[in-house]
Amino acid sequence: MSAIFAEWRGQSLEETLYHCRELVEDTDFPTIRRWRESGGKVVGHFQVYFPEEIAHAGGLLPFKVRGAPIEPTQADSRFGSYLCSIIKTSLELALSGRVQLELFVTHPICDAARNLAGVWGRNVSYPCRILYLPQNPNSGYAAHYLRDEYDRVRRLCEEIAGRPITDDDLRRSIAVFNENRALLRRLYALKRERPWLLPVDEAYVLLAVGGLVPREEHNDLLRTVLPLLEGRSLPRRDKIRVILEGGFCEQPPLDLLRAIARSCYVVDDDLLIGLRWLVSDVPVDGDPLQALATSYIDRSEHSPVQHDLTKPKDRMLLERLARADAQAAILMAAKMCEPGLEELVVHTRALDGKGVRYFVSEFEESMNSFDSLEIQLETFVENLVFD
Amino acid sequence: MTDTAREAGIVGRGNEVGARLFRQWFEGLTAAAEEGRGAAYVFVMGSLCELLRVFDFPIVFPEINSLQAAVRRVAAEYLNEAENYGYSPDICGYVKADVATQLRGGTHPMGRIPKPALAIATNACNTYIKWGEIWERMHGMPLFTLDIPGSRGAGLASTRGGEDFERDRRYVAAQLEELIALCERVSGRKFDIDRLREHLGWANELNTGWQRVLELNRSRPAVFNALSDGTIYLGVANGFRGAPEGAAFFRDLVEEMTHKAEHGIGTPVDEKWRLIFVGVPCYPIFRRFSEMFGDWGGVFVNSTYLWFASGGANLGFTYDLRHPLESLAEGVLLGVRDAMDSMFFQTNALVRMIDDHAADGIVYHPIKSCRTVSTGLADTRRALMAIRDIPSLFVESDMMDKRVVSEAQMKNRIDAFFEGLAARRHQAAAAPA
Repeated sequence: MSAIFAEWRGQSLEETLYHCRELVEDTDFPTIRRWRESGGKVVGHFQVYFPEEIAHAGGLLPFKVRGAPIEPTQADSRFGSYLCSIIKTSLELALSGRVQLELFVTHPICDAARNLAGVWGRNVSYPCRILYLPQNPNSGYAAHYLRDEYDRVRRLCEEIAGRPITDDDLRRSIAVFNENRALLRRLYALKRERPWLLPVDEAYVLLAVGGLVPREEHNDLLRTVLPLLEGRSLPRRDKIRVILEGGFCEQPPLDLLRAIARSCYVVDDDLLIGLRWLVSDVPVDGDPLQALATSYIDRSEHSPVQHDLTKPKDRMLLERLARADAQAAILMAAKMCEPGLEELVVHTRALDGKGVRYFVSEFEESMNSFDSLEIQLETFVENLVFD
Repeated sequence: MTDTAREAGIVGRGNEVGARLFRQWFEGLTAAAEEGRGAAYVFVMGSLCELLRVFDFPIVFPEINSLQAAVRRVAAEYLNEAENYGYSPDICGYVKADVATQLRGGTHPMGRIPKPALAIATNACNTYIKWGEIWERMHGMPLFTLDIPGSRGAGLASTRGGEDFERDRRYVAAQLEELIALCERVSGRKFDIDRLREHLGWANELNTGWQRVLELNRSRPAVFNALSDGTIYLGVANGFRGAPEGAAFFRDLVEEMTHKAEHGIGTPVDEKWRLIFVGVPCYPIFRRFSEMFGDWGGVFVNSTYLWFASGGANLGFTYDLRHPLESLAEGVLLGVRDAMDSMFFQTNALVRMIDDHAADGIVYHPIKSCRTVSTGLADTRRALMAIRDIPSLFVESDMMDKRVVSEAQMKNRIDAFFEGLAARRHQAAAAPA
């Protein structure tokens, strides 16, 4: 199958970043359409984490469903009030025909999202399933359970693909994703170590493209772009180093990230954390499903929607802050996002306890005015600088 | 004994005894708090009371504490206190009322709530887990997350004996063993399997009784109002699960409801319309909410609330006392999964409920506070309307927060709903045969 995102090839760094931005902001999801036009099949998976390797091993395109800044004209009537935007706009993508899938998988990450399989399934003709990732990862049986659960996903993907998915297929896919994880770690290391070379909005689009194209293409992109970013000649400014929390599910608009980048160096964040969930290579020997399951349990990131006794939320925030050598934190929560809003209390108290300054704000994926937020943020930064 | 004398002893007994048991339960909790005994905090969907009683933990249901604060009309001050602490107006009101209770050292309108020694949260509601994390931070006690895999899609519940079911059951069983070890450590008591058998036996009586009581409401007139009376019975089903008082209560309740069914005794409302309730009750105006339907002759004959908020006790599952632990894993898996199905994949269940109870209409009551229950209700309604010609009312408010309960607007919509029902019945009667 030919490349479905070729616009950036042979272009300068700035042009490449431009094309990535265009793709990430395009609410018609052209790469998904191109994949299907070439005869490919698509597995849509809702935030936060999905073992994309399994779909990839079956020759399917895993597509990260993360909402879009669109009007949920049809989806609105399927839901009640008091809900976050991403739930509605994600369904709108399906109802409006913007994206067509062969399979949709959701996870019970929150009380709203756990309803998605039911609502989605009543409105489309293809299968909609729930993947029960373990909410008790501390159980000695969790990795075994998850391995079986991944086997269920494999069987489902085999039905969609119309062919068996062998262990060797899985190992090949794991290797592709291992390279992707290594490249993303390098991207984040650059942002952390030389943040003046990579503003948060640019890092974000380079990351987000991964949810829209085959990983081989994403690897090509990152392999090409990373040396160019590292060799960039950009001046180092006197901006404060911050971490950004709150982007694990609904995504802040790119313009909001740009506004933040104007006054801060974002040296770490949890934006699209599911694409970076596994923090080290997944072993390619042995049982590949077990390797994926064990990695999920033992070698993974944290988020507000997973309870893990080894990852208390307050401690994980402070560790991220320390690892990134950040001076302050920007704490965001999507409007009506229950786990995000609850986490704000944990985070602010943890930071208060350590005397770390923070900036709190709610956001929505469709918001389009950032003037007031930018002024507040600038004031926050000035207070920090002149304190 | 004459029928009249018998009725004097039986009819209304469930409500009276239920209220008394509730007072006793909270008196017990107050005593435990004063003695400094740590409680087990649990939730209605997968409480594991059968197991926790083996270790003699006082059992606290924070959801019930919170709704009691709303019924007793003091929720607003609790919500405000939690919001001042930092919690958003847009999160679950139950959580916030409990946060305030904890901040007040357990002071509650029903008594005093002991601090938690441990907590168990199933994944039936994600907020359970976030809620438990609050206690972990406040009290430094262990939170055990009991992971219960639900149905993976509509109509896809795995069947007992199948490999997919066995995989899930083994996961639940393994976690229960880990939970027992935690309970032993926290309580300082050894696990006694014979005591578990005893508590499972009482839970069996409660389960079969609960199922039978729900069935008996197919009678015409209905023998109890699923919204008002049903909530009292539900409270006992949760608070006294696995206890002899719970078993005795449901034995007696089955007797009362059977007697009422046999003698054509209904609720105090002159039943004109048989309704099904979908959602969570409007606790801030609990009595008034029921009256707005009762004034028109509307009686709730069943509700999804009585299913999911009983943790699936409506299935009438009977534990196999010869294999208590294996059976407990199976029962918890089936019960909690059914509770989840009755929230997320409820369309077919509602169709059965309409047919079984000869319902005239459905009332959907999504609430701001609970996205677990409310997120999919508009779509369920749409799907149900496509396969069943039955009138429905969709009225949105809250279970805790009076700020989002607009009584006048609600009454207008309820009145219009009943006018529509009447017009429909009139047209049907006037139509040529």
